[in-house]
Amino acid sequence: MGPGMGGSINKINVGGAWTTIVHASTSKHVAPAEQRNKLCRYMKMLSRKATCHSHGQDSSYFLGLQEYEKNPYHEVHNPSGIIQMGLAENQLSFDLIESWLSRNSDRTNFIENGRSIFRDLALFQDYHGLPAFKKADENLNLAVNINSQVLAEFVEEIRGNKVRFDPNKLVLTAGATSANETLIFCLAEPGEAFLVPTPYYPGFDRDLKWRTEVEIVPVHCSSLNHFRLTKSALEEAYQQAQKLKLKVKGVLITNPSNPLGTTMTKDELHHLITFAVAKEIHIVSDEIYSGTVFDSPSFVSVIEAAKIKYPKDTTLWSRIHIVYSLSKDLGLPGFRVGMIYSNNEAVISAATKMSSFGLVSSQTQYLLSKILGDRKFTKYYIKENQRRVKKRHEMLVLGLKKAGIRCLKSNAGLFCWVDMRHLLRTSTFDAEMELWKKIVCEVGLNISPGSSCHCSEPGWFRVCFSNMSKETLNLSMQRIKAFVDSINGGRYGQNDARSLCSSRSKKVTCYMGFIIVKICLST
Amino acid sequence: MTIEDEQPSVELSKVAVSETHGEDSPYFAGWKAYDEDPYHESSNPSGVIQMGLAENQVSFDLLEEYLEHHPQEASWGKGASGFRENALFQDYHGLQSFRNAMASFMGQVRGERAKFDPDRVVLTAGATAANELLTFILANPGDALLVPTPYYPGFDRDLRWRTGVNIVPVHCDSSNNFQVTPQALDAAYSKAEAMNIKVRGVLITNPSNPLGATIQRSVLGEILDFVTRKNIHLVSDEIYSGSAFSSTEFVSIAEVLEARDYKDSERVHIVYSLSKDLGLPGFRVGTIYSYNDWVVTTARRMSSFTLISSQTQQLLASMLSDKSFTQNYIKTNRERLKKRYQTIIEGLRNAGIDCLEGNAGLFCWMNLSPLLEKPTRECELDLWNTVLQEVKLNISPGSSCHCSEPGWFRVCFANMSEQTLEVALKRIHQFMEGRKTNGGNLNFLLI
Repeated sequence: MGPGMGGSINKINVGGAWTTIVHASTSKHVAPAEQRNKLCRYMKMLSRKATCHSHGQDSSYFLGLQEYEKNPYHEVHNPSGIIQMGLAENQLSFDLIESWLSRNSDRTNFIENGRSIFRDLALFQDYHGLPAFKKADENLNLAVNINSQVLAEFVEEIRGNKVRFDPNKLVLTAGATSANETLIFCLAEPGEAFLVPTPYYPGFDRDLKWRTEVEIVPVHCSSLNHFRLTKSALEEAYQQAQKLKLKVKGVLITNPSNPLGTTMTKDELHHLITFAVAKEIHIVSDEIYSGTVFDSPSFVSVIEAAKIKYPKDTTLWSRIHIVYSLSKDLGLPGFRVGMIYSNNEAVISAATKMSSFGLVSSQTQYLLSKILGDRKFTKYYIKENQRRVKKRHEMLVLGLKKAGIRCLKSNAGLFCWVDMRHLLRTSTFDAEMELWKKIVCEVGLNISPGSSCHCSEPGWFRVCFSNMSKETLNLSMQRIKAFVDSINGGRYGQNDARSLCSSRSKKVTCYMGFIIVKICLST
Repeated sequence: MTIEDEQPSVELSKVAVSETHGEDSPYFAGWKAYDEDPYHESSNPSGVIQMGLAENQVSFDLLEEYLEHHPQEASWGKGASGFRENALFQDYHGLQSFRNAMASFMGQVRGERAKFDPDRVVLTAGATAANELLTFILANPGDALLVPTPYYPGFDRDLRWRTGVNIVPVHCDSSNNFQVTPQALDAAYSKAEAMNIKVRGVLITNPSNPLGATIQRSVLGEILDFVTRKNIHLVSDEIYSGSAFSSTEFVSIAEVLEARDYKDSERVHIVYSLSKDLGLPGFRVGTIYSYNDWVVTTARRMSSFTLISSQTQQLLASMLSDKSFTQNYIKTNRERLKKRYQTIIEGLRNAGIDCLEGNAGLFCWMNLSPLLEKPTRECELDLWNTVLQEVKLNISPGSSCHCSEPGWFRVCFANMSEQTLEVALKRIHQFMEGRKTNGGNLNFLLI
């Protein structure tokens, strides 16, 4: 998260650990010459959390974003710049929301029943747990107190109304980032562990581990069976945790998967549930991409699968927790609307109180309660959005195919999991980094290397397709084709217009060389 | 699916089941009583009047007027043209325009006696998040922050709950108007040392909650000297800075640093929010302003867990960069708060009740210790309960603010209409009359 990390970056070595410092324009407060010494001194004054690297921002995932920031593609102003394909944003359906806003401006101007409710909104910081703010104010009820109801209904709609969501079991949080961290705080102690199937979203290293001090033990999935979650992989991860003397508190899955773009099968879900029941641990299901399922098999939530397999097991029910957000389906990451859903009253109670640290702006809640409350609109939006995602997905798959590159067969998400193993010099992560550097700097595409997603096999990359125009996507595929052709046919880069990047590549190489060392040291 | 009424078979974390969230304290219990029987001018005139909530409702009309004259600010312009860019914006640096506006607003609130660099502004979803975040950055689990008493009850949760950090109180008392002294700071520090707890910093609230008074420049200097001597941090929560009744009465730590040429300023961090000054707690707008580059960098990254809605940033960026609006707002807001304060102080004086002399904030610090049977916490809570159940006023007992002297209460005055405040004052008057004539019997008619 947080693609823009501007400012100049320096690295200093403090007691053997490399740390990055962003120089804000602060020299007027501290003489520049003394700055480094002072910072070294003050590093000792900060917490371990502040000086460690669990924020995860030294990973290639974030580095790629940084490179893009330095040289971003623009159709007119910078046609040879880097195309951003590392950001899983949904930009395909904004026009639908914009037209809704134009048509409904009278419903979103803080006026209800002819009365301004601005002050009610401004004061509303109820997190649903504290009774103090449930005023007997009908207007406020109309506007905001139904928000949970409206969100619950929207979530049901996304799942084809196959499962009921009780608004009282819902906790709003500032994005899924906050929801995931909050759940880990509630379910595990510092030093305990969660199992997470690989490959996984790079942000989890920060979200699940940083401030919670909980460990992630990877559940390795393999391309041999299309990265499906297996019983043996779960068992192996559990044994590994025991070897490391880590108490496992749960499994966190992302379904549909990021970066795979696939929905979990009923079998996978059954394996997972059986395993969790046997080990008596929690299941957290991050379903942030559930609205982007565009093809069969249709989305099956872990809640549904549990209903089928263990319809009467109330203990199981108290151990399943869902995370959702409007950032991907509605394309509104800036508005910070996430949620936790759980049948466990104790979890809801604790998570609700914790949400004080990351509440959703009431102004935003108000707007969304209007949009999502328009059921006709949401029905149409969900369907149309899925259709557009499907089309883009097809475009990318076909374009890559033309370049002789295959993708994992997928039916969801805003990205493809692309197989570039045949383009690696050797089947190693070093070679993957080498290829990645080339693709970012020479081909000009910021894609995410599988190693940043903790994939156990080198050569896989996540490529996003819904955060750009059709034309830009086409251009990116032309570039990839040219690149592959050059590998097959001859030297690359002699007449390319991207001299900017090649002159920069030395600097980047040094920087990235450091990162390779870091990644090797930490895995 | 019903959950059995027993411990879940899979444990939750200690953090989840602990009571450090603090919500079982009387501070919150009073809210419950209000919620069950809330005062309403016409429909429930004998209900509980909420005086335990430090909200600022006196200046909404100014905000509403601004919105009326600038409808585009809340709706991304014509045809929602700016919508998509705004909706996508999740950069943890925050909207540049908003950071600029916040830095400028903070300077204005301090009468331009201090300047703020937008690049040092880190945005969080409210001061609640800002304080917790800073604690994560400045201290390890088991370490401590020194906090002068009495303090905002929410700190017990915000600074301690998920961070595992301790609060060691710096005891202040009425002998010197509850001001912090170097002796009190030293005593707290020694206490922590004796318990083998590492002190990482001092956290002050200036203007103070619940005292409703600004910290004097000389005291700020002493606190700064103390933290420098001990080589620890200073967090100054200045959330009520715009609520000082006159601009010149409030001295920010930023001004003290400026006077010292920013020597050793990397240990100082300011927390601010729009929840009190602008009366917008629902919008979740907080900020950390740090003079320490590494803290700024780390805080920004951590703010990923608590970003401000870009929609809200956009609206407020426009509002706060409108200098004529903000000048007028700040001035008018101060005047109205001052007037409210004078009303309540006079009303309480007429009822024979003294308050600490205040000059800021949305509340006054009321002294009911003469009414206590014994100077104990139990008697204070008895009295509080009486005031809640029979006088039907929810006020906050000093013990919930960790005050070491029983009998003090925080009474909010800016979260209701003038009429409601009058009603509350009448009830207090009656209550005090009742105690005089009936020698403690509380039979009286509620207006």
